[in-house]
Parts: sequence; C-alpha cells; structure tokens
Amino acid sequence: MNEVCFKNLDKENPASFATYESTGGYKVWRKILNGELTPEDILAELKTSGLRGRGGAGFPTGLKWSFMPRNQEGQKYVVCNSDEGEPGTCHDRDILRYNPHAVIEGMAIAGFVMNATVGYNYIRGEFMEPYYRFEEALKDAYDAGLLGKSIQGSAVSFDLYTHLGAGAYICGEETALLESLEGKKGQPRFKPPFPANVGLFGKPTTINNTETFANVPDILSKGGKWFADLGVENSGGTKCFSVTGNVKNPANFEVPMGTPFSKLLELAGGLKEGRTLKAVIPGGSSTPLLSADTAMNMTMDYDSIANAGSMLGAGSVIIMDDTTCMVKTLTRLAHFYYDESCGQCTPCREGTGWLYRVLQRILDGNGKNEDLDLLVSVGEKISGNTICALGDAAATPVESFIRHFRHEFEYYIKHGRSIVESEHHLIEEEAIV
Amino acid sequence: MISDQAKKEIDFWVTKYPEGRQSSAVMQALTIVQNENNGSLTGELMQEVADHLQMPSISVQEVATFYENYNHKPVGKHIIRFCHNISCMLNGSDDLISYLEEKLQVKTGEISKDGLVSVKKVECLGACVGGPMCQIGDQYHEHLTPSKLDNILDNLK
Repeated sequence: MNEVCFKNLDKENPASFATYESTGGYKVWRKILNGELTPEDILAELKTSGLRGRGGAGFPTGLKWSFMPRNQEGQKYVVCNSDEGEPGTCHDRDILRYNPHAVIEGMAIAGFVMNATVGYNYIRGEFMEPYYRFEEALKDAYDAGLLGKSIQGSAVSFDLYTHLGAGAYICGEETALLESLEGKKGQPRFKPPFPANVGLFGKPTTINNTETFANVPDILSKGGKWFADLGVENSGGTKCFSVTGNVKNPANFEVPMGTPFSKLLELAGGLKEGRTLKAVIPGGSSTPLLSADTAMNMTMDYDSIANAGSMLGAGSVIIMDDTTCMVKTLTRLAHFYYDESCGQCTPCREGTGWLYRVLQRILDGNGKNEDLDLLVSVGEKISGNTICALGDAAATPVESFIRHFRHEFEYYIKHGRSIVESEHHLIEEEAIV
Repeated sequence: MISDQAKKEIDFWVTKYPEGRQSSAVMQALTIVQNENNGSLTGELMQEVADHLQMPSISVQEVATFYENYNHKPVGKHIIRFCHNISCMLNGSDDLISYLEEKLQVKTGEISKDGLVSVKKVECLGACVGGPMCQIGDQYHEHLTPSKLDNILDNLK
C-alpha cells in the first residue's frame, strides 16, 4: 500500500524538500536538466506505464501529452487541476499536503515534454492548508535552483504558479478551469477546438489532475514497466481511493489497481457493527450506484468497474449501509448538481432544478405516482444535450438510484415516509419488547 | 476603499500572469478585498477592483456573483461553512447542523445576534474522509462531534 503518491506518508516531514529528495525526488528532473532524457524517451515510458488520467476520465496520459504541438512557435502551458470537489473525493488534498514536490516535478517534466515553459496549479479556494504547503514546496524548488528560466544553465525553462479558485465545482471541468484561470465565470467551452490547440489565453495547453502529475516522476525513475506491473491490464499502477460514508475508518488509501473492492472495504475498517452493505458509489457522486452484491464481486480498476456497470471515476468510494435512505441521499445529490450547474446550457440549468424539486417534493411527503417516470425522463433529456459532462453527471445518480431502489421511492411516495426509517423503527421496537 | 496593502497583494497576483492578462487576478483580488471588508463585497469595492485591474465592471460583477465564496450581504465575524454533501451526510452532518443552529439560535444563512458567527451549508469541501466537517476561516475542522463543536465555538472570539 502507498507505493507511489503516498510513499512518504509515514515519514516525519513527508512534504519537505529533504524527504522528497531522500526518496529519489528530482532525480528525473536533474537528468533532464543534464540533457540525459529526451521528450521521446519520456513519452515512450509513459505509454508503457499505462498511466491514465486520474481526474475521472481515464484518458492515457502519454497519448494526451503527445497531442501537444511541441514544435509550434509561441507560448504553451501546463495546467494542474487541483480543484478537487467531486463529492466523496479528497485524496488530491493529501497529495498536495504530503507530497507537493511530486506534483511540481511531474508538472516540470510535462513542461519539458510539451515545450511549455509556464505552468499553473489551480487549487480550489477552500484548500488553504494545501495551498500554503504547495507554495512552500514551490519556494524550496526555486531556492534549490530547480525552476525558473534557463535552469542551471540549461536550455530548459519552467516557471510554476498557483492560482486559487473561489468555490465552483464546475471549474474541475478542464475548459471551465481555463476560463476561470483567465478571470472569468467558470463556464465550459465548446470543443473542438481542444485545449491542446486552443487552451489557456488561446495557447496550446495540457491539463492533468494532481494525482496524474504526482505519478510521473516515479514512473520515469523506476520505469514504465514497473508502474504497469503494479496494476493490472489496462489499468497500470496504483490509484488513490477515498473510502467514505458508512465505514468504521473513512480514509485515503493508495492501492494497486485491481485490488478487490472487499479488500478496500476491509482497509477502511469494514462496516459498523450489525450493519449490512446496501450500495456503493465507486468513483464519486457522478458515477452510477452499484448494488452490494455487484460491488463485492468487483476489483478496483477501470475494466472491472465498467463491467460492473459503473466507472472508476476519481476513485471516490462511497459506502452506504442498510440505514441509508436512498430517497434522502439522492435528493442531496440532486441539490448538489442543481446548485453547481453553471447555467450555460438550458437542459442542465432547468433539468437539474426539476430533478431536485421533484425529489424534494417526494421527501416532503407530497410525491405523486408519476414522479419516478418524470425523474427518469428529465434525466434522459439532460444527458448528451449539454456542452460538458455535468449534465450527464446529474442524471446518472437519478437513473441508477431509481433503477436499484425503485421500491424505496415508491414506498416513500405512497406512505410519505422512508421505508428505511420505518424498518429501523420496527427493529428498535422489537428490541425493546 | 481598497487599502494600499491590499493593492500590493493584488499586484503580486498580477505578476503570475502574462502581460495584459491582469484580469486573471480578479478572483484573488475579490478575495483579498472581501477579507479586508469584514467578509463581504460591495458595489463600490467591485468597481475599485475593476478600475485597479482595468477590467469592465460587468466582468468583475459576473465573477463576483458566479463563485460561491463571495458574499454580497454582511456576514458574521466568522463564517462556519458546514458541508452537507453525501459523505458528511452519511456520517451525521444534518444532526450537527441542527445542533449548531439550536446552540447559536441561528438558522443557516443567518448571522448570530452578537454578530460573531454566520452559518452556511456548503457543498463538498473535499475532506470527505474527515466528515462531518466544517471550514472556519482558512481552517478545516474534521470528525466533528457536538463536544468538538462546543470547543471550537468557545474559542471563537
């Protein structure tokens, strides 16, 4: 466990420059500065590693980097997406707090490969502790002469800056993030053109997630094959998972791809006494809910979770036990998407409001029989009809919650109260007798 | 009025972006100005930010009303931003928010009578393994219980 991004977690000062260097940090970057590595070497190694974007989409990183027109004249940019906000996700926060230098080195390497001399790390505005840690690390890297212009007399330049957000989930979408970096409302851009051609300030730009960058230095120092072999076919390496919800010890774990879900559940202390597993959201609130049986039989990698009917997403595993009311939980998620829709596309702006209001009316005891079909139909009308994936993300939990737990919603509509609370009330009464 | 100190801080942020792209600093400028003005923005302050960054005032207002962390009404000296999203909810955030409302005699979105705190329900703050949790100032408070909350409130001045 904790072999790459979290490998320094048990050290005394995990975030310090000295700790990072003592475990091989900046070795690859120094090689680059000495002219010992070419962009082609690095791209080949990344492709061998099987590293895929850790932010949720899972696009192969080496391939993404190769899309950049590195020989085109003019400024190019590398951007790190540290706008972590997918409900259930909080491992990038720990990477920034405990291993910021891996992100810095990963971004610098990316800059070298894509011939981009400037990078920005977009950190969500609430992450002040991670921001201070990252800034401190950045200062140490500059003081050590590892960043700047013509670094150590080489032809390599890389300047890195942090940018702070101000509270908007949508800025985790890469083109919304670019808009935000330009000082605008975070509303996603229509694609094409893709950021690799027209990105930040209109220049070629590549955006990767914090964890993706943090994996890069070790892949290059230990080899793409080493990384690939940590995981399974199609899912190279390790993945940081946030395990939250109804478990004894919610925590972040970096485990090899392909680890059984049951093992991950065990690492988080398992369920509380006397509880049974009801459902699991494996990749953050935007990924489909899975039944307990399905989850218990899957392993934590892209293919297995896809076969189970969901997505690995951002590695945000939300555990629900038998005390969880699905109507209440889904209403909370619907409120989230309603709140965070940027308002640009009509189906999402209006549809998320419908989803939330209809669910809230069920929760208030005023549900109608036709409401469930209405919810599914509104979801279908949002999906695929918006510029970015937030619309689909809002519809996904609605469809999957109702599909798996339709009887709970029907019970709530009929009786005006939760079947779960009724059941638990009965159990408590029996216990008293 | 924006103080000279705040202007200096804003200008530091401007240096991070290419020449002519000073509007990239608008989010941080609004944060700095808001912090200086007891936690909220006014029309006058937004105009000053626009002037300072040579931006159209409508562009500044768009940003100031789009992002969650800007306030356009007075707030308490401390804002307790309580996460009520799924992972925190599954670990009892609703009960804690009710406890807080009861104890402070304040509803979410309002300011306590002494002006010391306002309570806000917010979406995921990215500390789900520590839920239930809240943010006060720069600091996250995690694994909250009623007694932990009591302690935190007692130390707010």
